[in-house]
Amino acid sequence: MSEAAGIGIAPRVWEPGPQARGDRTARPPAFLIGAALFAAALVLLPILFTIVQAASVSMGDAVELLVRPLVGRLLVNTIGLVAAASITCAVIGTAAAWLVERTDLPGRKVWAVLAAAPLAIPPFISSYAWVSLSNGLQDFGGALLVVTSAYYPLVYLPVAAALRGLDPALEETARSLGQGPWRCFVRVVMPQLRLALLGGMLLVALDTLIEFGAFALLRFHTFTTELYAQYRTGLDGPESSLLAVVLIVLCLVCLFAELKVRGHARYARVGSGARRVARLSRLGRARWPTFLAFVALIGATLGVPLGMVGYWLLQHAQAATAPSAPSLPLLFNATIASIGYGLAGATAALMLAAPLGYLTTRYPSRWVVLLERIAYLAQGVPGIVVALAFISLTVQTMRPLYQSAALLVIAYAILFLPFALVSVRAALAQVPRGLEEAARSLGLGPIEVAGRVLAPLTGPGIGAGATLVFVFVATELTATLLLAPIGTRTLATEVWANTSSLAFAAAAPYAALMLLISLLSTWLLAHRFGAAAFPGQG
Amino acid sequence: MSYHRSKAPNRRPRGAKQHSVVALAVAAGLCLGLVSHAALAASLTLYSAQHEQTVDLLTKAFTKETGIDVKVHSGEGPELASQLAKEGASSPADVFFTENSPELQLLSEKGLLAKVAPATLAAVPAQDSSAAGDWVGVLAREDVLAFNTGAVQEAALPASLLDLAKPEWKGKVAIAPTDADFLPLVGAVAALSGRPAALEWLKGLRDNAMIFDDDEGVVAAVDRGASATGIINNYYWARLRMEKGADKTQSAIHHFSGGDVGGLMNVSGAAVLKGSHNQAAAQKFLAFLVSKPAQEMLSKLDITFEYPLVAGVAANPVLKPIGELQPPSLTLKQIGDDSDAAKLLREAGLI
Repeated sequence: MSEAAGIGIAPRVWEPGPQARGDRTARPPAFLIGAALFAAALVLLPILFTIVQAASVSMGDAVELLVRPLVGRLLVNTIGLVAAASITCAVIGTAAAWLVERTDLPGRKVWAVLAAAPLAIPPFISSYAWVSLSNGLQDFGGALLVVTSAYYPLVYLPVAAALRGLDPALEETARSLGQGPWRCFVRVVMPQLRLALLGGMLLVALDTLIEFGAFALLRFHTFTTELYAQYRTGLDGPESSLLAVVLIVLCLVCLFAELKVRGHARYARVGSGARRVARLSRLGRARWPTFLAFVALIGATLGVPLGMVGYWLLQHAQAATAPSAPSLPLLFNATIASIGYGLAGATAALMLAAPLGYLTTRYPSRWVVLLERIAYLAQGVPGIVVALAFISLTVQTMRPLYQSAALLVIAYAILFLPFALVSVRAALAQVPRGLEEAARSLGLGPIEVAGRVLAPLTGPGIGAGATLVFVFVATELTATLLLAPIGTRTLATEVWANTSSLAFAAAAPYAALMLLISLLSTWLLAHRFGAAAFPGQG
Repeated sequence: MSYHRSKAPNRRPRGAKQHSVVALAVAAGLCLGLVSHAALAASLTLYSAQHEQTVDLLTKAFTKETGIDVKVHSGEGPELASQLAKEGASSPADVFFTENSPELQLLSEKGLLAKVAPATLAAVPAQDSSAAGDWVGVLAREDVLAFNTGAVQEAALPASLLDLAKPEWKGKVAIAPTDADFLPLVGAVAALSGRPAALEWLKGLRDNAMIFDDDEGVVAAVDRGASATGIINNYYWARLRMEKGADKTQSAIHHFSGGDVGGLMNVSGAAVLKGSHNQAAAQKFLAFLVSKPAQEMLSKLDITFEYPLVAGVAANPVLKPIGELQPPSLTLKQIGDDSDAAKLLREAGLI
């Protein structure tokens, strides 16, 4: 799920909460400020390094390098796909949400779970499944199919949540004034869904921009695959950094637009009123055809990935095409590596996030908000850009870190810091500050307060964040591929190595283990942590 | 409040269990670290751009024979060559084993390679190794044109690779300009026809060709009929046929003849890095690569599909006998070191 699936990542409200507002004059401890500055600096490091490298190209050369057919083709491919995927995800996501929430579709409860489940399948695994099903999918259509089936839940989830929160009285009023069901949906419901829909679409756009593995396997060229191609050709100099800067700019535009939409995500409604559950629309004769459409949707988004992995598990792996034909020790080592890096990445991301989260909830100020926003920038930086920047940086100036496991863990921590930060922040915001003060006044030191007061209260929220980051890291491909220490093979890199040479059967056991880890973690997230797992969803 | 208090007793033991799990994981990690450190005593670090399955076979056999462990860092040839150049003298690599000669040529020019033991060099024909004696040829293979048998007749294929840039081939050819195997071909065209002609040829291809990331993508596209022809190395087609089965394969390969540049032979070679601290073990690995048993193992298994360079070792029977091939007459030095080839690709707008 490497660069995928940002479910409601940034908090909706930037302003400090009411309970914290009285503390504006208090000064936070210096080590907290230091740690938060360090986290923000780490996020900025790869971005600034890429920009500085690109800036070493002279103006004339830069223009020549950017205004050429290759860049044009990449822009057409990338932006075309981003636009098309946002629209298909919007249509499918909204339709699915409306059908599940507002109609008498048979099996609504089951569909509600299944429609969100594709988020637990890493896009490059879907890509592997589709490519191995038919290699005729290696073009724009194939890329659109894979991206849509992987990312439509990013629209489905917020729109479904918004539909649940709507006051049906408005729609009933419209209907009583003579509007038909369709006009009522377009004129009354849609405007109220606009923000959830737009936010979801922008997340789809962002994740499509930074996705690498799925497109590489589909052999569809976007900025990320081109950066990798240039690296493979030994051309990872300032000219490549220029391309990376174009990609960063595209990502940041999406990220800022998404933050802006989120910032306005408030619905005008005076008083709490007496909201009821909306009456379900009758689908009538369309009921069973709609049911079949849902079966097809789930078949495409869950059935194909799970089914194809299952199919290839049963096929004999040809030694001729399999770079690393699976054996028990190889499978075991790759699984241990993926889980080990998952745990290390989650720990590191939480360690970076903790001081930032504590500062934003306990000592909010303009500077703290700035640091927090910098941390959220990480969501708009593609893994391939971070990895390439780190390779150049460490080989030139930080040799002890070069090719080290520590560097890979740092890269994970940066890439998934926003997810950890959302969880930490939400968990801390729910702990009344008075509890800490009372504990201090009763004689506990700061460490004891953290261990005996904060840890038990924030445990579920932080646990949810840790699980989320764990599953992202354990299934991450791009940074792992480029930064893994010599000899390290994870499940993701093994799937990649085999699938790149069309050895689908050999890739299957690794893909199956990845899916298992991902689905189990997601199940844990939903059942063990419940509502704490999705702080952004409200 | 009562909610929290009632929850707290539950949480303690779970926390304790988590602690023991973490402690266990740390202990296990330390053990693994120690074990791998102990193994370091006799181990080589190999930067390899050869196919992983081939290298896997070779390193296992080598470790069995010598007890020397081999750690492999895989990548694309030009990527690894550029990485080795950047790492310079302090590279962790002991041996570089790659698919195409230009990458070795580049490192040789930069003075990063150690001299290869004379006995190792003597095992293969002199023209297939470095003239400076700092890398040794191991295997060879041939550029070919794969074609979809349903889309085009072999008789209709062009006499020269250069013809594929002509307008009549628009939309009928697939290439993988970022595959390491394409760069030597560009170098060869530039060496035979001159740089301007090479640039024109690439521009023609840019207009005509479907672009793929690698030769696997090209051969798969040709086989399914998405492209009528595709420029590849011979073994990608052999592998595809292996995977699909001969009866389901919809494509065949065409050998350019008469010394046309399209029939270029690529040499896969290996070198010892000058900065290596394991010179003796690294030389042993090179000697092993050109030993008869190793070369026979590769020729017999349906995995590699490359021509062995050691005299007296028969190639895999699915390959066209090496004596019947008519490659262009070029020295490895003339093919170059990829750097100008990459520039040409960029000038032509292919990367």
